[in-house]
Amino acid sequence: MYLLLYLLLGLSLLAGIFVPLLYWDKGRRSLILAIRSLWLHKMRAFLSVLGIIIGTGAVIALMAFGEGSMQEALNDIRKLGATNIIVRSRKPPENSATAGRSRVAIYGLTQADYDRFAVLRDGGTVTRMVPMRDFKQEMRRYHLMYTGRAVGTTEDYAAVNDLPIALGRFLRHEDRSNVVVLGSQVANALFPFENPLGQDLRIGQSPYTVVGVLKNRTAVGDSGGQEMEDYNNDVYIPLAACNEHFGSTITNRQAGSFQREQVALSQITLTVSDIDKVRTTGEWIKAILADHPKSDWAVSVPLDKLEAAEREKSRFMILMGMIAGISLVVGGIGIMNIMLATVTERTREIGIRRALGAKRRDITMQFLIEAVVQTTLGGVLGVMIGLTIVFIMPPIFEFWSAHLPAKVHVPSIFLSLIVAVAVGVGFGLYPAYRAAMLDPIEALRHE
Amino acid sequence: MADVVRVIDLVKTYYLESVTVQALRGVSLTVEEGDFVALMGPSGSGKSTLLNQLGCLDRPTSGHYYLGDEDVSQMDDDQLSEIRSRFLGFIFQSYNLLPQYTVVENVEIPLLYQGIKLTERTREWCIHLATLVGLGDRLDHRPMQLSGGQQQRVAIARALVNNPHVILADEPTGNLDSRTSDEIMERLQQLNDTGKTIIMVTHENDIASWAKRVIRMRDGHIETDERNQHRTIGKALAKDGVNFNGFSQLPVNV
Repeated sequence: MYLLLYLLLGLSLLAGIFVPLLYWDKGRRSLILAIRSLWLHKMRAFLSVLGIIIGTGAVIALMAFGEGSMQEALNDIRKLGATNIIVRSRKPPENSATAGRSRVAIYGLTQADYDRFAVLRDGGTVTRMVPMRDFKQEMRRYHLMYTGRAVGTTEDYAAVNDLPIALGRFLRHEDRSNVVVLGSQVANALFPFENPLGQDLRIGQSPYTVVGVLKNRTAVGDSGGQEMEDYNNDVYIPLAACNEHFGSTITNRQAGSFQREQVALSQITLTVSDIDKVRTTGEWIKAILADHPKSDWAVSVPLDKLEAAEREKSRFMILMGMIAGISLVVGGIGIMNIMLATVTERTREIGIRRALGAKRRDITMQFLIEAVVQTTLGGVLGVMIGLTIVFIMPPIFEFWSAHLPAKVHVPSIFLSLIVAVAVGVGFGLYPAYRAAMLDPIEALRHE
Repeated sequence: MADVVRVIDLVKTYYLESVTVQALRGVSLTVEEGDFVALMGPSGSGKSTLLNQLGCLDRPTSGHYYLGDEDVSQMDDDQLSEIRSRFLGFIFQSYNLLPQYTVVENVEIPLLYQGIKLTERTREWCIHLATLVGLGDRLDHRPMQLSGGQQQRVAIARALVNNPHVILADEPTGNLDSRTSDEIMERLQQLNDTGKTIIMVTHENDIASWAKRVIRMRDGHIETDERNQHRTIGKALAKDGVNFNGFSQLPVNV
């Protein structure tokens, strides 16, 4: 449906160029003359503008696919929330003092940090603070077992991470008992062909009652250095219950050895009230955490990533534009080549016209308009082919279960049409000048 | 009668690499309005160079050329183009019609470059001229579909479309057989009879005998310049197929 709109836009642009020409009597005659001369050699005209057609088509298609995938990457980052600040616990680099296998590694954010952040919330800059603690855990129900990620958190986690509910509800602040919300994959594994709501399962040693199930959510891509997060493998339990049942020390079995870690909070997500305050708030958080003896935390600001991605997008677009520009210049050289040959071939015609009163600029205009008409028609054809590719390719990729996001980049249509016209003028000028400078007597004698 | 062409001491020198060719070595000539001049001479005598000069297709090395009252020898390229489109009509040996155009469109070409608007009236005028030269039933034919004689008649109509002061013909019958040549010469003579000035290059005495005045050239000079006593006027008047009287009443600006 957009196809029609874009076509109309392109046509109106062309009308903008050619309608004034039509109202100018001499312009109209030159235009008709050019079209007739081209019509005389349809195949040659088509072949000579093939470069322009392919160039323009390529610009439209590449820009659309580039725009599509960039847009998707930006959306992924936006899902993290542009007004969010994510503070994570990070395992500090090991040194000889802490390298002992049997010791418990104690690091990361603490409840005390969370309480200190509360100053920001009380000051009004931060509207939401969501603590979170996660670890690998086994979930059992009868004989069924599934290893997923247990996440201890609070009610706001769903809002901050944009988690859609399929059944039941998410956690609530007042939840004190052992309730759990399942990720879709966990629910499928432990409750095949059953409604999990109200049923029990075991997480570690403790029983939990299912109060909600999440919708299947496509994993957020690994965009901008963000770790891949697969929410479908998660189970969500109240933070209080989590601390009560699993204690502060988590034991991981890794490659035959035990690794014990004490991490109070894996992550705190803060939502800032105003997008302009995100950066300064990030600095404040860094200042608050500066007293940690080890660098066991990291602050990530999705807004930074968003802006970096936008910069990358504009760089990408410029690069695409340059490639397209090169192909159009190559196309232009093709036009110039043919136009020069045409001038030689039509030397006699030029001589006749000069003898019958044509001025040099009449001859220049004739050949220039011919070149511009060619490249403009080539440009229009290229845009149509490019748009066709843009609308046809994604369904084909979808059929082979690949994903090719496409979004028509409207400025590229106008830009490539303008460039096509400019190429006609630029590369038509020299042959037209050559034609005009021919000596009429010599030209008349030309066989 | 007023002089329509006045050439004073015209010199044209070509520089071809290291060789200098003096094609015209000081030619002076006056042509009255309504005259019919044949330029003759062996090849290399300068007759074609002189015709190109008279046709404003080239500028002289020195000397003056007055067309009417204007000295065109000092004009620039644009002004010469203007003169050609307004005051001169050309007829070539090889017809020089544009193959992609129809008969009427070919006749129309000089008007394209006069900077006037092409209207129904100008189109009718072109059709009228094509009809006068006997091609009224072939208006939409292309040159390729016409015989040599017919093509040259289109060229004559084209040379008349801007109502020129002078018609310049470069061997107009050079590509035609003798019967068709006569037919073309009859047309030219009829034109001349209505007051058109014609200057024609030819190397055939037969063709030159149609003219009122024969100028022979040699080595860039005028050798002889004499009135033609044996003009074959009778032929044309006897046949008198088409009435060309319309031409003298043409509007100056179409």
